[in-house]
Amino acid sequence: MKARITVTLKNGVLDPQGKAIEHALSGLGFDGVGQVRQGKVFDIELTGTDKAKVEADLKAMCDKLLANTVIENYAVEIA
Amino acid sequence: MKSAVVLLPGLNRDRDMIAALTKISGQAPATVWQTDTEIPDVDLIAIPGGFSFGDYLRCGAIAARMPVMRVVAEKAAKGVPVIGVCNGFQILVEAGLLPGALMRNASLKFVCRQVNLEIANANTMFTRHYKPGQIIRSPVAHHDGNYFADAETLARLEGEGQVVFRYADGTNPNGSINDIAGIVNDKGNVLGLMPHPENLIEAAHGGNDGRALFESALGVAA
Repeated sequence: MKARITVTLKNGVLDPQGKAIEHALSGLGFDGVGQVRQGKVFDIELTGTDKAKVEADLKAMCDKLLANTVIENYAVEIA
Repeated sequence: MKSAVVLLPGLNRDRDMIAALTKISGQAPATVWQTDTEIPDVDLIAIPGGFSFGDYLRCGAIAARMPVMRVVAEKAAKGVPVIGVCNGFQILVEAGLLPGALMRNASLKFVCRQVNLEIANANTMFTRHYKPGQIIRSPVAHHDGNYFADAETLARLEGEGQVVFRYADGTNPNGSINDIAGIVNDKGNVLGLMPHPENLIEAAHGGNDGRALFESALGVAA
């Protein structure tokens, strides 16, 4: 099984890197760029076959390591 | 007074911390490695600065999950004083021993300079040799020192006197919320701060404003 985990900053958390990217896009002449928020994507290969267990494991991985839930949200997709 | 220093791959201020603790306590600290599952009985555990695990994932995130940090958490729960400087602070928040998070500096730049710090609470085991409101100097050197906590956590930290060091005189180098430079946990025995007091402990450093922190924590007479 393959999974994709997307980690994004929570609303209200300042994202100076996203801000810098936003300015750089405007500088490149892309008009109409609003707020940019930077996040992370993890593609994970899994050997398990029980989708419910894999999903529970992936959520535990996010809570324990992949995301800092003080400032970040995560979403788990299983392909 | 006995101390221990936690060593992790990628730290680079460990020798400075060991030198400071040796000079102030009169004996060399024990050193413990990331995979160690025991820490000797000591009066202070220090986690130095640097770039543990190359700052991969998030600063301090991998280090916080190493076996030695479980022992640090157990010791902290028993009341052993723990201090984390710079990357050590990042590791303590990632380990959940301190609230909040340390994010990329608002300027997006690595800052290496001297700042002024206000002693926001002189009534902690780490600051009792300072005066309330005293302004001290300290070097900072970091890329991710922008302290963040949600409104509820921040109100609790401010209300309970857990904000111990604050950037003063407009010298906030990283955009940290409420100019926070260092905090303690609710029990007051775990301190994390971004500045490097271990680099300002004797005349050869250009000042000794950081010395009283270690003297306070170790119970050494000034």
